[in-house]
Amino acid sequence: MILWFTIVQVVVAAAAGLLCVVLGLAGRRPSDVSVGALVLVELLLIAQVVIAVVAPFAGNPPTGSVLEFWTYLVSAVLLPAAGVVWALLERSRWSTVILGVVALSIAVMVWRMQTIWTLGVG
Amino acid sequence: MTGIGRVLVFVYGVMALAATGRSFVQIAERFAEAPLAYSLSAASAVVYILATLALVFARRPGWYTVAWIAIGFELVGVLVVGTLSVVLPELFQHPTVWSLYGIGYVFVPLVLPFFGLWWLITHRTPASGADRAGEEAR
Repeated sequence: MILWFTIVQVVVAAAAGLLCVVLGLAGRRPSDVSVGALVLVELLLIAQVVIAVVAPFAGNPPTGSVLEFWTYLVSAVLLPAAGVVWALLERSRWSTVILGVVALSIAVMVWRMQTIWTLGVG
Repeated sequence: MTGIGRVLVFVYGVMALAATGRSFVQIAERFAEAPLAYSLSAASAVVYILATLALVFARRPGWYTVAWIAIGFELVGVLVVGTLSVVLPELFQHPTVWSLYGIGYVFVPLVLPFFGLWWLITHRTPASGADRAGEEAR
């Protein structure tokens, strides 16, 4: 992984998460803003997948568990998609909160991935 | 399952995914290092999956009881394993969902059972309770 890109992802995901939780608790249904924030998080995760595939060949191999790293990354990629599908099916304020919960989970997971990649402590 | 209950189910689903993923990796890669901690990881994963399903189907009487058992087990788990990981770190130095009261998961495992039990108590008469909460939520 690349540290600055990790930080960008954590900041974006945490901001998107807080935004969606606040919007949801304020009674807003899923909108272009909240769903768009999750799409942005998802795009960053897809870029992260590309980086994780390419990095070992570019002299940046993971020192931690490759299996654990990919378990996190695959789960992380699936989560925003699940959240957005849920938000489209069930257009209530709580779906907006769920989008926020997803984004906050991604922030934590990306940070865990960085730790796994660099330290190798399970 | 309506309103804030859906958030609860979703968070349980995420925890089930997280616990399952972690215990899969731990057991696949290094089970022999800490069989007790990693068995607990797997057990917690199963309980989270069970709790998620039970909450989804909580309106049906049987599942309501299952939800109580699963979430109760989880509360006991996080308190007992959390305490043991402080008192006997050598046994529990390998991380599980419940180690140090779920610190690796921003203490969500500690908070979630209380939230879950609160939800079950406020929805004691499953059918009417869930409907009323649904009205309030909207």
